[in-house]
Amino acid sequence: MRIDGKGRIDRTRPLTFSFDGVTYPAYKGDTLASALMANDIRTIGRSFKYHRPRGILTAGSEEPSALVEIIGPSNQTPNTRATVQEVFEGLIARSQNRWPSLRWDLLAINDLASPFLSAGFYYKTFMWPRAFWEGIYEPLIRRAAGLGSLSGRHDEGTYEKAFAFCDLLIIGAGPTGLMAALAAGRAGADVILADEGSEMGGRLLSDDGQINGTPATQWLAETLAELAQMPNVRLMSRTTVTSVHDDGTFGALERVGLHRRPRPNLPRECFWRITARRSILAAGALERPIAFPGNDRPGIMMASAMASYLNRYGVVPGKAVTVFANNDSARTTARSLAAAGVPVRAIIDSRPDAPDEDGIPVHKGAVIIGTKGRHALREITLKTASGEVRLETDALGMSGGWNPTLHMTCHLNGRPRWSEDLAAFVPSPGAVPGMLAAGAANGSFSTHGCLSAGLAAATEALADLGLNAPATDLPRAEDAPYRINALWAVPGKGRAWLDFANDVTTKDVALSAQEGFASVEHMKRYTTQGMAPDQGKSSNVAALAVLADVTGRAIPETGTTTFRPPFSPVSIAAMGAGGRATGFAPQRFLTSDQASRDRGAPMIEAGLWYRPSYFPKPGETTWREACDREVAMVRQTVGVTDVSTLGKIDLKGRDAGRFLDLVYTNTFSTLPVGRTRYGLMLREDGHVLDDGTTARLAEDHWLMTTTTAAAGLVMRHLEFVHQAFCADWDVRFISVTEHWAQFAIAGPRARDLLTSALGRAPGLPFMGVTPVTIQGVQGRLFRISFSGEEGYEIAVPARYGEALFRDLTARAETMGGGLYGMEALNVLRIEKGFITHAEIHGRTTAFDIGMAKMISAKKDCIGKAAARRPGLIGPEREQLVGLKPLTDSPLTAGAHLFAQSADPTRENDQGYVTSVGYSPTLGSWLGLAFLKNGRARHGETIRLVDHLRKIDVLCTVTDPVFHDPMGEKLRA
Amino acid sequence: MPDLIAKPSLGYAPLILAGTTLAENPQEQITAIAPYPGQHTALNRALKALKLSFPQANSFSESGTIRLAWSGRDQAFLIGATAPADLPAALTDQSDAWVSLHLSGPQAAATLARLVPLDLRGISRGQSLRSGLNHMPLLLMVEGPDHFTLMTYRSMARTAWHELHEAMTRIEARLAVT
Repeated sequence: MRIDGKGRIDRTRPLTFSFDGVTYPAYKGDTLASALMANDIRTIGRSFKYHRPRGILTAGSEEPSALVEIIGPSNQTPNTRATVQEVFEGLIARSQNRWPSLRWDLLAINDLASPFLSAGFYYKTFMWPRAFWEGIYEPLIRRAAGLGSLSGRHDEGTYEKAFAFCDLLIIGAGPTGLMAALAAGRAGADVILADEGSEMGGRLLSDDGQINGTPATQWLAETLAELAQMPNVRLMSRTTVTSVHDDGTFGALERVGLHRRPRPNLPRECFWRITARRSILAAGALERPIAFPGNDRPGIMMASAMASYLNRYGVVPGKAVTVFANNDSARTTARSLAAAGVPVRAIIDSRPDAPDEDGIPVHKGAVIIGTKGRHALREITLKTASGEVRLETDALGMSGGWNPTLHMTCHLNGRPRWSEDLAAFVPSPGAVPGMLAAGAANGSFSTHGCLSAGLAAATEALADLGLNAPATDLPRAEDAPYRINALWAVPGKGRAWLDFANDVTTKDVALSAQEGFASVEHMKRYTTQGMAPDQGKSSNVAALAVLADVTGRAIPETGTTTFRPPFSPVSIAAMGAGGRATGFAPQRFLTSDQASRDRGAPMIEAGLWYRPSYFPKPGETTWREACDREVAMVRQTVGVTDVSTLGKIDLKGRDAGRFLDLVYTNTFSTLPVGRTRYGLMLREDGHVLDDGTTARLAEDHWLMTTTTAAAGLVMRHLEFVHQAFCADWDVRFISVTEHWAQFAIAGPRARDLLTSALGRAPGLPFMGVTPVTIQGVQGRLFRISFSGEEGYEIAVPARYGEALFRDLTARAETMGGGLYGMEALNVLRIEKGFITHAEIHGRTTAFDIGMAKMISAKKDCIGKAAARRPGLIGPEREQLVGLKPLTDSPLTAGAHLFAQSADPTRENDQGYVTSVGYSPTLGSWLGLAFLKNGRARHGETIRLVDHLRKIDVLCTVTDPVFHDPMGEKLRA
Repeated sequence: MPDLIAKPSLGYAPLILAGTTLAENPQEQITAIAPYPGQHTALNRALKALKLSFPQANSFSESGTIRLAWSGRDQAFLIGATAPADLPAALTDQSDAWVSLHLSGPQAAATLARLVPLDLRGISRGQSLRSGLNHMPLLLMVEGPDHFTLMTYRSMARTAWHELHEAMTRIEARLAVT
């Protein structure tokens, strides 16, 4: 119900929104909760387990009950708190966890079965038969017990991530935060003031209090105006600081577009990572409910929330209001309502010595022991000193006291302290380095207390920052005492809810203790208290107080569960902003990328690189046809392929050769200028790190080539070796991978192709390197081969890459050759028995791949000592072999090897297959594999079994080199 | 004159959003200069010919259109000139390894705040910072408070452009509603 003349909503800007398909009016400035309340919608959703009607409990981000789905053009967002969601024109909201409708929910039957559905029910009931759990019980339970639903589609919404830095981060813009910001801003500190609300002001917006003798909202407006003018103060509204991390780093979630009609490119949310030298936690306090029988009916809410709805939004939840409290703070709600002309039936105060109230009956020393109302509150029953009293009321504001919002002080493992005076936990000083908790967040609840705490905290933080706080007058404000008598639960018939979100009652907590789950952490997990999206903000302290009571311990002794980040839910989409699909990682493109795509080459990802898989010709319908043709082409004429992705590291200095001797197993320092050599690199643990060729370009100048996969890894390894073991050596190195575009030319007519491209014969011996000028561009020519044919690699600066690639392709094609892709490259190297990271996958040694002799006996190298360890050499090792099937059956990588006579079971495993391909050259499938004592078993027949792909083939074990074992072709 | 056609990393037209410009810089000669141990003084003496000094970490020295930008431990990039061959340092051509972009205008720093985890408060011309551009390597040179040069790997140029474009698009959309 709307109250005329109250609230901060803009009545000149009417809006409409829909809830469960019905369109309702609202005003600019309404939250979904206030707009529903204005339209007398009392049931917003159904509870988690018992499917009981649930209304609105709070007016803030702690809301456990009023959760809805928001339907957008590209999103369906479940579990949205109606108390946070602002209404905009056309907003579509839907209630959740009900079927077929909110009013008639079939699963409300659970409520009748509640005696059986107490804590631990699932654990006890669904244990048998065991096989039923995954297939039957779990899907059923998930459907019945749940929150909102997902659309099942990708979230196509726009999200953003950003970084921010400041001297002082102030979390919360209530009186404490505002006062701190004012002082710090005036002192010239670089300040971020973040507040989760749509409007800054905190409780000043909700309580119609006074500051300096005028309405507090006037001081608020003046303060915000002054802060907005300060260039050193950044005001971030709708921004919830959600987590604290090391070194003054904070996570924060900003609602950028969620409160307005979706617009293209406007982020829905932004996830901020804020780094602050100092911080002030001024997050206020959360009012807590009282667990009395039947306390979950719609219409029962927090007393402070009632004041918020009245004073911020001009709405009340009913026609006849009652207040139930154990402290003085709820009195302001009662007074506000009475002053606005809303009938206040009574104040029920559990304190026998409670003060009187002008014009409102006060039941002292009384508690509520029962409620009535099917879909919403209709009647309450009190127990007073003079007996039971029934009272008709359709709205009840309760206050069990206040809990400081200290969650973030626990994010780095700090534990809060129990304050007997406040009957609440308060932050432990120094729990987060550089953070001061102040105001209500630190247990100081009056407006005066908050303002002065904010000023004091700012003064202290400024001193830490080396700044002087300017003299700032403290505004005058109320300093009413809090006066609380702890009241956690009211005994009586019927269920009394603690956790409204997860349907946990006082009985569940008692049962937990009775069944031996008496520690607070066990109780939490047994009952699920505090495990809903609200993380028990309204229930944690009361639940542990009930637990303390039933276990006969004190509250400090019982302790709390741990508050972990985030403070309130953060959408994964915001944390992963920009990371969907190709945004997940950078894409690296070759200079020949467009030329390859022009020829219809499908791309495969090799690390971050995109490389052509094969180059289809008209009439070819499968990749195999293209691959077979390309392999034959390289074997018979000439092929060209882009090998720029290989890592290239340029090394210079007098000690560069010595450095290479240290990192490679074999000797490089003796390599003549103009020659290149294959090298093997080990990790310190003796396993193979990488392989590649290194060329000596000049006396003190070397060029190392790494595999594509390990380019970054090798660079890091070299940096480590250099900095850790030989920082004073005369060696410098830098990656030149990106500077050079490099193309392999392979095949019997490779020399002819180069002669045509260079305008002269290359005249280079096998493993030679020379500078060349190719069509006016300075480049480098290497004679190396990864195919087993006569092979060259030519490198030019990347800017010329595409032009040279197109030129070489055209020349190759006139000779009957052409381009070949990764598939053909792979077959060519398998035919030749060359290894890749499929073989040197991190668990193989030089011995395993048949290169033990490459570990030079004449010098030391990284990994040499470890490679000699027992177990890393010997017949028990799985050694690299070739495999050739006895039939024309395909082989698969990942298959395992077994003796012909043995069962193909794990115990009989003899090894595994790493690479396979169909060799058009040999007319057979070929494989590379690691086989126990494999080098001694050439010629043996072995059984290859792929249990996943149902392949079972007999193979001959061979030498890994199938093609041109003497290397005559590549030396031609 | 080479017969092969040289191509830029991107060849894209400049992009202007929210009054802020993203453009590809023309390719310049870049030489990595890495002084050998104990050669800093000798190097600085030799660099006097170019009116440059070897830069402190996180900074660049400049003379006219020539710049020597710190790019890592014991390493700086000479940009816009040919390095004298006799410097007591390892010299390596890096000209084609990098794409160089400039980002300038009122939202330049805000754009970087979406992708670069650096504190850019109080920045001034002359800073040369190694960092990440989202998940790409970055050499960021500060030309002025709202004018930056960004260098990342040539092969990642398209992703870099795309991510800067996205960040600028979102900022423009934010400004449209405030």
